[in-house]
Amino acid sequence: MSPRPPAAATPRLALTGISKAYPTVVANDGIDLVVLPGEIHAVLGENGAGKSTLMKIIYGVTKADAGEIAWNGEPVRIDNPAQARRLGIGMVFQQFSLFETLTVAENIALAVEDSRDLDALARRIEEVSARYGIPLDPKQLVHSQSVGERQRVEIVRCLLQKPELVIMDEPTSVLAPQAVRKLFETLRLLAREGCSILYISHRLDEIKELCDSATILRGGKVTGTVDPRDESASSLARMMIGKALPVFAHGEADEGGEERLVVAGLTRKADTQFGTDLDDIHLSVRSGEIVGIAGISGNGQQELLAALSGERTSREASEIHFGGRQVGRLGAAARRDLGLVFVPEERLGRGAVANMSLADNALLTAHRLNMVRFGLIRFGEVRSFADRCVDRFNVICGGVEADAKSLSGGNLQKFIVGREFLQEPRIVVAAQPTWGVDVGAAAAIRQALIEMRGAGVAVLVISEDLDELFEICDRIAVIAKGRLSPAKRTSETSIEEIGLWMSGLFPEGPATPAEASGVG
Amino acid sequence: MWVKLEPRAEPSRAMIYVSPLLAAGLTLATGFVVFTVLGFDPLAAFHAFFVAPIDDLYGWGELGLKVAPLSLCAMGLAVGFRANVWNIGAEGQLTLGAICGGGLALAFPDTESAWLLPGMIAAGVVGGMAWAAIPAFLKTHFNANEILVSLMLTYVAALFLSYLVFGPWRDPQGFGFPETRQFQDAATLPIVLDGTRLHAGMPIALAVLALGWVFMMRSFLGYQIRVAGLAGGAAQYAGFSHKRMVWIGLLAGGGAAGIAGVGEAAGPIGQLLPSISPGYGFAAIIVAFVGRLHPVGILLASMLMALLYLGGEAAQMNLGLPSAVTGVFQGTLLFFLLASDVLINFRLRVVRRAPGRVAPTERAT
Amino acid sequence: MTGLETTVAILVSILGAGTPLVFAALGELIAERSGVLNLGVEGMMLVGAVCGFIAAAETGSPVAAVIVGVLAGAGMALIFGVLTLTLMANQVATGLALTIFGIGVSAYIGIDYTSVALPSISPVHIPGLSDLPLIGPLLFSLDPLIYLSFAALAGVSWFLYRSRAGLVLRGVGESPESAHAIGYPVIRIRYAAVLFGGAMAGLGGVYLSVAYTPMWVEGMTAGRGWIALALVVFATWRPARVLIGAYLFGGVTIVQFHLQGAGVEVAPQLLSMLPYLATIAVLVVISRDINTIRLNSPASLGKTYHPDAH
Repeated sequence: MSPRPPAAATPRLALTGISKAYPTVVANDGIDLVVLPGEIHAVLGENGAGKSTLMKIIYGVTKADAGEIAWNGEPVRIDNPAQARRLGIGMVFQQFSLFETLTVAENIALAVEDSRDLDALARRIEEVSARYGIPLDPKQLVHSQSVGERQRVEIVRCLLQKPELVIMDEPTSVLAPQAVRKLFETLRLLAREGCSILYISHRLDEIKELCDSATILRGGKVTGTVDPRDESASSLARMMIGKALPVFAHGEADEGGEERLVVAGLTRKADTQFGTDLDDIHLSVRSGEIVGIAGISGNGQQELLAALSGERTSREASEIHFGGRQVGRLGAAARRDLGLVFVPEERLGRGAVANMSLADNALLTAHRLNMVRFGLIRFGEVRSFADRCVDRFNVICGGVEADAKSLSGGNLQKFIVGREFLQEPRIVVAAQPTWGVDVGAAAAIRQALIEMRGAGVAVLVISEDLDELFEICDRIAVIAKGRLSPAKRTSETSIEEIGLWMSGLFPEGPATPAEASGVG
Repeated sequence: MWVKLEPRAEPSRAMIYVSPLLAAGLTLATGFVVFTVLGFDPLAAFHAFFVAPIDDLYGWGELGLKVAPLSLCAMGLAVGFRANVWNIGAEGQLTLGAICGGGLALAFPDTESAWLLPGMIAAGVVGGMAWAAIPAFLKTHFNANEILVSLMLTYVAALFLSYLVFGPWRDPQGFGFPETRQFQDAATLPIVLDGTRLHAGMPIALAVLALGWVFMMRSFLGYQIRVAGLAGGAAQYAGFSHKRMVWIGLLAGGGAAGIAGVGEAAGPIGQLLPSISPGYGFAAIIVAFVGRLHPVGILLASMLMALLYLGGEAAQMNLGLPSAVTGVFQGTLLFFLLASDVLINFRLRVVRRAPGRVAPTERAT
Repeated sequence: MTGLETTVAILVSILGAGTPLVFAALGELIAERSGVLNLGVEGMMLVGAVCGFIAAAETGSPVAAVIVGVLAGAGMALIFGVLTLTLMANQVATGLALTIFGIGVSAYIGIDYTSVALPSISPVHIPGLSDLPLIGPLLFSLDPLIYLSFAALAGVSWFLYRSRAGLVLRGVGESPESAHAIGYPVIRIRYAAVLFGGAMAGLGGVYLSVAYTPMWVEGMTAGRGWIALALVVFATWRPARVLIGAYLFGGVTIVQFHLQGAGVEVAPQLLSMLPYLATIAVLVVISRDINTIRLNSPASLGKTYHPDAH
C-alpha cells in the first residue's frame, strides 16, 4: 500500500441520503455517513437496524433506491462488487462469500482480477499473510477450515486488492477473545497505513476499544454520530435501541436437582468431510439449572445438537440418558415424547416452515398436545394453541394464519421458543437462541429460559455469544474440535479463561499450547 | 423502459388459482395461432379440436374415459410431489398394474365370480406399488435418484409387457397378433353411463380423489408429507422420518397408477396389448402441476388434458394433423403454467431506467 | 472376418453407440456444474435429432445438419433458461415439461421424414495411421463426429480445470450467493451453461439421426437423454469419467445386439432391458457413497437462485 497524505479534508467515503426499501421493511432511510482516510469508523446498530443493507450498497451488491455516494470527493455509481473493488473498496462478509470445495488460492483467484497464474497468486497470498500476521495455507480446501481460518481467507482476499476502504461486517462474532485481539492489531496496522475501515458491530465494548468514530443506526435511520471513546456503554445503547440495555434477575442455582440430561462418552464420526467428529463427550445437566456450551462455530456444535435432538441416533443407547433412561437409539420424535424440546439455530426451514402459517407451524412439534385424533388434525386445538403462543410470548404478527416467513426474525424466534416451552418440557436444548434477533426479543427469550430453569427444567444452551452465556448460565463448558471441556461454575470462571478454552486449551482438550498460540 | 420482476411482500393467493387458468388460456390462444399458421381456418380447427369431441354424451363419456386414468395417476403423483419425491415413472407403474390385473384375468379364464374384478384391481395396486417400491428402496437404502430409476423402470415395464404379449401370454387363437385373449365379462369393468364407453373406473377415480383430499389436507400424515416437501430440515427437526415420506410418496403414486392400468386393460381395451396407455403416466405429471397438487385442481386439469387427447385424435381424423400435436400442447400448457407461476411471488413493474442512480453531487466535507 | 477384425468392429460400434451419450452428458455436466439441473435432455436430443435430420435431408450436408441440430438444442435450452433462470420456475418440473414438449414437437415436425433415407457419412481416414493394424481402424478411421466428441471432452476438461472461466463456473454452481457477492453475473453465466448443455444435447441427437442410424424415427433416442443424466452422476461431475460411462453403455447396447444376432435363447425384449437395468445398477453403486456425491456434486444443483430474492 502506498503511503498517503495524512487525513485531509476530503473524506474517503461520503454517503448522502441513502435509502433502500424492501417489500416488507424500509432498511435504510436517508442515511448520511462520512469516513475519513485512515479512520476506523464504527457502524453500530442492533439486528435489523439496516447495517448490512448499507454495507451491501457501498459494496455494490445491492442497489440503493435513492442517495448519493462520493468516493475521495468524486461522485460515483457502484453497480457491482467488481466496480467497488476497482475503486479500492474491499469487504469481509459476515456470512462468508467463500466456495467450500475450492482451495484458498482458487477462492482468492475468483475475486482478484489479475490472477491467471495460481502459483504467483499463492506467493502473493503468503506475502500479505506474513505482513499482516494472518497465517494461511493457499492449498487448503476451504471446507476443511475452521470459521476463523475462513475469515482469514476473506481478509487476505480483501487485502490483496490493496483497498483504501475495508468493510468488516460483524467480524468478531466468529472469533475467540484472543483472536479478537489479533484481529484488532491487524486492523490498527491497516489504519496506520492509511486504509479506512468501516467496522460493523453491535458490541459496544469493542467499538469503544477500537474505533475513532461511530455512526449509530436505529430502524434504518441515523440516530447519532459520535466519538465512541467519549461515550459510555449506556449512552451508546440508548442511541442504538432507544433505551437502556435490559438487566436480568438471576437467582442462585438450585444444585440439588436430579441429573436430567446425561451424555456419557458420546463418540461419533462425522457423516461427511464437511463435518466434525465428536470425541468422547461427557456432560450432565440437572433439573433447575442452565448449562451453557461455548465455542466457535464449526467445532462440533451441529453434530452434538443432532445427537442430542435425536436427528442422528447413536449406535449405543447408553451414550445419552434422559432422567436415567437410555435414549441414544431413539429418534427425534421418540425423544420429544420423553419431554425434550429443542430450539434450533435456523429459524426458517428448520424451526419453522417458511411457507406455512403459524398455526400449521405450531402443529410441527406441539401435535403431542392432543392436536391429532384418529390420524386427523384437530384444527381448533391447533389454532387455540397458536393463539396462546402468540399472546403469551407477545409475538407481533398478522394473526396465526400469517406465513412464518412474514414475521421478523425476533418475532418468529419468540414464536418458536413459545411453541417449544408451552409443551411443558423436562429438558430444553437451545442453539443460539438469540442469534440475529433484536434486543427486545433477545431479552424476552433469555427471560423465558430463566423461567424454564425456575420451573425445574434442565436447560442446555449452545451459543457463540459469550456475553449471553455468562449472563444466563449456571455452568459453562466449551466445545473445541469435537471435544467438550469440563463444565465450570459461571461464578468461578471468566471470559478470558473460557476464551482460552475455546482454542482447545483445556484439561484433556484437543490443543497443545503451541497450536493454541496461533489465532483461534 | 422495460418490465421488471419485483418481489411481492406476500405471495399472491389469487395468483395461485389464476395462474393455471392463465396457462390454460394461453395454451388455447397458442393453439389458435398455430392453427392459423398451419393454414387452417382457426375457428373451424379450434372447434374441431376443442369443441366437437365433446358436443354429445358419447364425447363426454370418452372424456371421462381419459379423465379417470389421468386423475388417478396425477393424484398418486401429487402425494409424492408434495413430499419432493419425484416419481416420474407412473407410466411404468400403470403398465405393471395392467400386467398384474390382466394377468389375474388370464389366469382364471373360466371364472365368472364377482370377486374377480376387485381381485384384479387389488392385483393392479400391488403391481404398481411393487414397481414403485424399487425406486423407493433404492432411494432409501442407496440414495439413488428416484427420478432416473423410476423413469428407467418405465422402459423396462414397456419391454416386459411387450415380451408377455409377444411371448408367453399371446392368444393362441389370435392369428399371431401380439395380444392376449379378450377378457371374459367378469373381468371387464361395467359401463356406468349408457350409450357411452364410460366404465366403473371413473367412480373409482373420484373416490380416490376424495380419499386423497382427506389424506393430504386433513390427516397428520398428509401434513408431515407437506412439511417434508416444503422444508426438509423442519421435517427432520420435528422427527418425521424422511424414509417413510419417500415410501409413502412412491407407493401412493404406484398404487394409483396401478388402478389406472387395470382400468385400461379391463376397460376400453379388454385385453393386454403391447401398448396399454397413450402416455397417461407422463401427462399426469402435467396434470398434477396444473392442478396445483390439489384433488379438485387435478380433476379439472385432467379434464383439460383429456380434451387435449380427444382433440388430438379428432385433429388427426378431421384435419390430417399428426396426433403428436397433443404432446406439443401438453408441453406448452406446462410451460405457460410454470411461467405464470412467477407472478405468485413477484409482480411485474414497468421501469423507465435503471434504479439506484447516483447523480453528481457537491463535494461533502 | 478374423477374430481380431470382429473385435475391432465391435469396439468401433461401441464408440459409435457411446458417442451421443458423450455429447449429451458433457453438455449436461456443464449445465449442472453451474448449478442448473436440466431434465429436458431427452427432449433437447430429440429436437436436435429431427432438426439435424431435416437439414441433412434437405441440403445433403452433414455440416448443415450439425449446425441446425446444435441450434435447435440450444433453442430448446433457451426455453428452459427463460423459465428457470428468469422466471424462477422449478427446475425439475420445467425439465420434465421440456422433455414432454420435445417428444411432441419432434414427432410433429418429423412426420414427413420418417421414411427418408440419408447417405451415411464416410469415415475420416487419417493417411498412414489408419492402415495400422488394430489401432488403425479403431482410432484413425472413425466418422468425424466421433473425433469431435473427443475434442469436446478435451475442451470441457480444459475449460473446467484449467481456465479461469471454468473456475468461475464451478464457483457459481457451488455458491451462487458468494459468486454474486463478489460480483459475478450468476444468471448470465447459468444461461451460458444451459445453452451449452442444449447445444451438446442437440449434437448428440444429430449424431444419432444423421450418423449413427441414420434415419429419423419418432422417439428414437429411447431414453438416451435420461441415461446421459445418469452418466453425469456416474461420472461424479468429472468429464473424463463421462467417457468411460458412455462407452460402458455403448458396450451394453452393442453386446445386446450381438447376443440377439447370435441367436441366444432370450427374448429380444428382455435383452433390450439391459441398458436401462445397467443404468439403475450404476446409479445405485455410485450413489451409495454419499460422501463422494456431496464432495463432487455442485452444492446449489437444482436450487432456484435470484439475486433480488430477499
